[in-house]
Amino acid sequence: MTSSRSIARHLPWIAVAGLGALAAGGMAIQRGEQVNALWLVVAALSVYLIAYRYYSLYLAHSVVGLDPARATPAVRHADGLDFVPTDRTVLFGHHFAAIAGAGPLVGPVLAAQMGYLPGMLWLLAGVVLAGAVQDFLVLFISMRRDGRSFGELIRLEMGPLAGTIALIGAFMIMVIILAVLALIVVRALADSPWGMFTVAATVPLAILMGVYTRWIRPGRVGEVSVLGLIGLILAIVYGQTIAENPATAALFTFSAVQLCWILIGYGAVAAMLPVWLLLAPRDYLSTFLKIGAIVALAIGIAIMQPELRMPALTRFVNGSGPVWSGALFPFLFITIACGAVSGFHALIASGTTPKLIASETDARFIGYGAMLAESFVAIMALVAASILDPGVYFTMNAPTALLGTTPDSAAAAVTAMGFPIDAATIAQTARDVGEHSIISRAGGAPTLAVAMAQIFSHVVGGKAMMAFWYHFAILFEALFILTAVDAGTRAGRFMLQDLLGLISPRLKDTQSLAANALATVLCVAAWGFFLYQGVTDPLGGVNTLWPLFGISNQMLAAVALMLGTVVLFRMKRQRMAWVAMAPAAWLVLCTGTAGLLKLFSADPRVGFLAHAAKFRAAAADGELLAPAKSMADMQRIIFNDMVDAALCLLFLLVVVSILLLAIRACLDALRRDAPSAHETAVAA
Amino acid sequence: MTNWLRPFRAARRMMQAMVGLPSYDAYLAHMASEHPDREPMDYRSFFRDRQQARYGGKDGGRCC
Repeated sequence: MTSSRSIARHLPWIAVAGLGALAAGGMAIQRGEQVNALWLVVAALSVYLIAYRYYSLYLAHSVVGLDPARATPAVRHADGLDFVPTDRTVLFGHHFAAIAGAGPLVGPVLAAQMGYLPGMLWLLAGVVLAGAVQDFLVLFISMRRDGRSFGELIRLEMGPLAGTIALIGAFMIMVIILAVLALIVVRALADSPWGMFTVAATVPLAILMGVYTRWIRPGRVGEVSVLGLIGLILAIVYGQTIAENPATAALFTFSAVQLCWILIGYGAVAAMLPVWLLLAPRDYLSTFLKIGAIVALAIGIAIMQPELRMPALTRFVNGSGPVWSGALFPFLFITIACGAVSGFHALIASGTTPKLIASETDARFIGYGAMLAESFVAIMALVAASILDPGVYFTMNAPTALLGTTPDSAAAAVTAMGFPIDAATIAQTARDVGEHSIISRAGGAPTLAVAMAQIFSHVVGGKAMMAFWYHFAILFEALFILTAVDAGTRAGRFMLQDLLGLISPRLKDTQSLAANALATVLCVAAWGFFLYQGVTDPLGGVNTLWPLFGISNQMLAAVALMLGTVVLFRMKRQRMAWVAMAPAAWLVLCTGTAGLLKLFSADPRVGFLAHAAKFRAAAADGELLAPAKSMADMQRIIFNDMVDAALCLLFLLVVVSILLLAIRACLDALRRDAPSAHETAVAA
Repeated sequence: MTNWLRPFRAARRMMQAMVGLPSYDAYLAHMASEHPDREPMDYRSFFRDRQQARYGGKDGGRCC
C-alpha cells in the first residue's frame, strides 16, 4: 500500500523526465535541419524540475540536514529591519533579483560561437551539479552562522590567512567584473547617438526620481518607478528624433575611447554621491526593467517559437573562433560564467538573504531554486543568440581586425568563415534596428538586443517597432550594468578599505572623507585601467577581459565549494562531501588549465606572455604591430600583457593556496572525534 | 478585507523585496510586540534608514 503510493508520488516526475527526454530526443533526431527553440526550452525546464525535485531534496535532507525546528537568524535576531522572517516566495524574488545580472545574458551569447549544443549542455549540467549546489551550500552555511558574510565564513572555518586571501581575490574579481561590464556598455553605445541619448537621459531621470522619493512622496517605490518607466519610454522615443537630426546626433555621438573616459568619470562621481540621489532610484528602475524583460523574453519565445539557425556545433570548437580564442576545454566553461555557476553568488548568498529566511527548509527553494531560474535566463539568452542568422551573429561579434568596417568587407569575411551573408543583409539589419552599423559590436549585449528586437517585434509592433525594441533592450542592459558599476565601485571601495586597514588603520576609517575619496579613486583607477585596455584592444577587448572575468568568477565558485567541503567535513558528514568536492575539483581543473594557458600558451591569441613576446620582438626590430601607432603604444601593449599575466598568476595563487588551506582544514576535521563546525549554538 | 486587492498587495510586496525594502507592517508589528516602550520610526524615516542600509554599506555589490 505505502510502496504503491510512494511510487505514485513519483509518477508526475517520471512524466516530466519523459517530456525532457522527448524534447532532447527531438533535438537529436532533427540535427542537421533547423530545430525549434521550444524543444531546447522544454528540455531545460524538465532538467530543472527533476534536479530540483530529487537532487536538491537529497542535498537538503541527507547532505546538510535542514532542520525546520531550528530557529533561523531572522527569528532569533528579529529586529524588523535587517533580520525579518520573510515569506519564501517574496524572498525568492529578493534573492533572484540580487543574483540575476548581465553575466547570464552575455556569457551564453559569446559561447554561441561554438554552436548552441555545448553551451546548452554546460548550462544544464553546470547549474544542477555545481552552480545551484554552491548557492545553496553558502546560503546554508551563512544561515547557520548568524548570516555572516563570505569572507567571515572563510575566516571562521578555514582560518584568518584563508580569509585574507579570499578578500584579496574577491576585490580583484570585483575590479575585473566592473571593467568588463563597463566595456559592454562602451561597445553598445559607441557611435550610437540613439542609445547614448536614452542611457544619458536615465541620469537626470533617476535624480528626479530620487528627489521624488526623498521629499515629494517619501518611499513610494512603485509609484516613482511607474513615472520613471514613462520617462524611459519617452527617452527611447525621443532618442530616435535626436539620432535623425544630424546636429543633435553629433552631440550624442562618442567614440569608444571617449565613452571610456566618460564612464570612468561617471563611476568616480556616482560612487561618492548620496545613495538616495542616483544609485537607489536607478536600481529600482533597472531591477523592475530586468525582471520585466526576462519575463517578456520567456513569453516572446513561447509565442514566436523561433527556429534555431545557429548550427548545434560550429567548426570553432577547435579554438579558432573569432569571438574569443581558445578550445572548448577549458574555455567554454570559462566563457559561460554566471548561468552555470557563478562565484559571485557566494557573496549574495551570504549577504541579506540568510538574514531573511523564515524557516531552514526554505533554503532549498531559495538557494537552489533561484539559481535554476538564473540558469533559465542564460538558456533564453543562448536561444536568442542562436535564432539569429549566424552570418549576422558573426558580423556583430567578430573583431574589426578581421571584418574591416564596411558591410562589403564584413560580408566577405564572414562568408569566408563559412556563414554566408551578403552586404545588403548587414546594412538592412542595421537599418532595421535604427543604427548606422552593426559590424563588430562585440560584448554580447548588442547581439542579444537584436535578437530581443526580433522576438518582441514579432509579438508587438512588427518590423516598424524593431528599432524601438532594439534600443529598449540596449537600455535595459546598460541600465543595470551602470547600476552594477556604481554599486560595485562602492562595494569595492569598502573591500579596499578593509584591505588598506591591514596596512594603516587610518585608511579604514569610513567616516573620513579623505580615506573614502582615496579608496574610491583607487578602485575606479583599477577598473578604469582594464577598461581602457579593453577599449583600445584591436580584438575588441572582450577577447582579453572576458576570459579573465570568467576565470576569476569560476575560481571564486571553486573557493565557495571548497568552503562547503570543509564545512561538511567539520560537520562529520564527509561521506556526502563529494557533492561539493566533485564540482570544486572540476572548476579547479577548468580554471587552472585556462589560467595556465592564458599565461603560458605559445599562441599569442591565447597566452598573455606569448603576446607580449611577439610585441617585444617586433619592437626590438623597430616594427609596429596593429593597433600600435607608435613605439610608446607598443610598450603600453607589452605592459598591459604583463599586468594581465600577473593578474592571472594572482588568481592561480589564490585558488591554489585556498585549496591547500581547505585540505588542511579537512584533515584537521578528520582527526577530531567530534564535529568542529562553527555553527551558532541554538537553544533547543 | 477585500479579496480582489490581495494579488496587488502580494505584487507590491514582491517588488519591494526585489529592491531590498522590508515590510513596514512587519516592522511595526515587531516593534509593537517586542518594544512597546519605544516609538517606532515613521514610514519616511524607516524608508530612509533601509535605503541607506541597502546601498550605503558593504552589501551594495550587485551581481554580474
